[in-house]
Amino acid sequence: MKVILSNQSEYPIYAQIREQMKEQILNGQIAEGTVLPSIRQLAKDLGISVITTTRAYRDLEAEGFIASVQGKGSIVLPTDNKMLRDMYRSQLEEHLDAAIGISRQICMEDGELLALLKERQEMRGSRG
Amino acid sequence: MSNTLEVSGLTKQYRDFALQDISFVLPKGYIMGYVGQNGAGKTTTLSLIAHLIRADVGLCTIDGMTYEKQPVQYREAIGYIGDKDDFVPDFTVRDVRAVCRDFYPTFRADEFDALVRRWKLPEKKKIKSFSRGMKVKLMFAAVLCRDTSLLILDEATNGLDPVVRREILELLQDYISDGERSILFSTHILSDLEQIADYIFFLHNGKKVFCETKEELQEEYLLAKGSLPELGADAKKCLLGVRGTDVGFEALIRTDDAACLPKECVLEKPTVDQIVVHLIQEMEG
Repeated sequence: MKVILSNQSEYPIYAQIREQMKEQILNGQIAEGTVLPSIRQLAKDLGISVITTTRAYRDLEAEGFIASVQGKGSIVLPTDNKMLRDMYRSQLEEHLDAAIGISRQICMEDGELLALLKERQEMRGSRG
Repeated sequence: MSNTLEVSGLTKQYRDFALQDISFVLPKGYIMGYVGQNGAGKTTTLSLIAHLIRADVGLCTIDGMTYEKQPVQYREAIGYIGDKDDFVPDFTVRDVRAVCRDFYPTFRADEFDALVRRWKLPEKKKIKSFSRGMKVKLMFAAVLCRDTSLLILDEATNGLDPVVRREILELLQDYISDGERSILFSTHILSDLEQIADYIFFLHNGKKVFCETKEELQEEYLLAKGSLPELGADAKKCLLGVRGTDVGFEALIRTDDAACLPKECVLEKPTVDQIVVHLIQEMEG
């Protein structure tokens, strides 16, 4: 596990920790069942405040990546496919919303947007 | 008891200065930075908490104890380090060790010796020949080897080189690592200490301006830079503590108000120092 913080980053420290841990959990560098360092240990290792690390862990917990177990600390949960799928699905929705927004701005008809989507899909080869 | 320190309504009147109605709590296991200009009342507050001076009104409790009911335990619970050492100049490290052992029942001489060795403090030299860094280390050694629950640091890291500051920083994080003890430190320059502080209390002219977590504080404000003529009247009203020059301005703005600035303006995350400086400028007009 590694966490590298940058003061130049536009993201606050807690978000940097959260995103870096999330990425490593998703790509398997931090395995399921791993016990993460305690919030106080991590604060000390990174030379930052306890409240900052608490917030990063709380976010990870809320998003279902880790669970805090009394007496054991924070444990990495299995990233089952459903959760991953849900996450990517909501990302997809965001991008589609953006596409719809742009199409409305230029008064494109909904049918035309759908046709465009189909055209793009075909360009990348058919699937399913 | 989840708070190490509770301060309520602390007031002290001097002829030319008054500390007015200071209240805050410091939960167990956290670090609070007590910030303000020279003369804002930082040392007065810390001295009142440590009962080095007496308050006109107000109450402090440490781990639920008051000085009035349990003066000895209350004092024992505090580790106080000021910006000047109070060592007898002709004492050596050995003399300090002997005095501490007589004076504090919880003083652990073996831990003291270990710290003295780790920091290579000369045991036989007189303290008056010590550098500032060596004196600060000796003060920390004397305090850290006792069972305390609140560390009060009054400008304790002033005049230290970056390497020693770094070491002190780690010591402080060690101190709170079991989640039972807390640190209250005052300073007018935050820089590296800002990193480890959980709460920031900002004092101005003897009065509390705010006390919140550093996270909240840094989300509340943005640092805006740009050129004043490009701003409309509405945008100008949102700026706090504007510092304008011929080539542009720098000011603080509430994150919620940032949308009223033209996109030519640069927005940055402010440091706690920048927040404090601009707020003082705003208050002084």
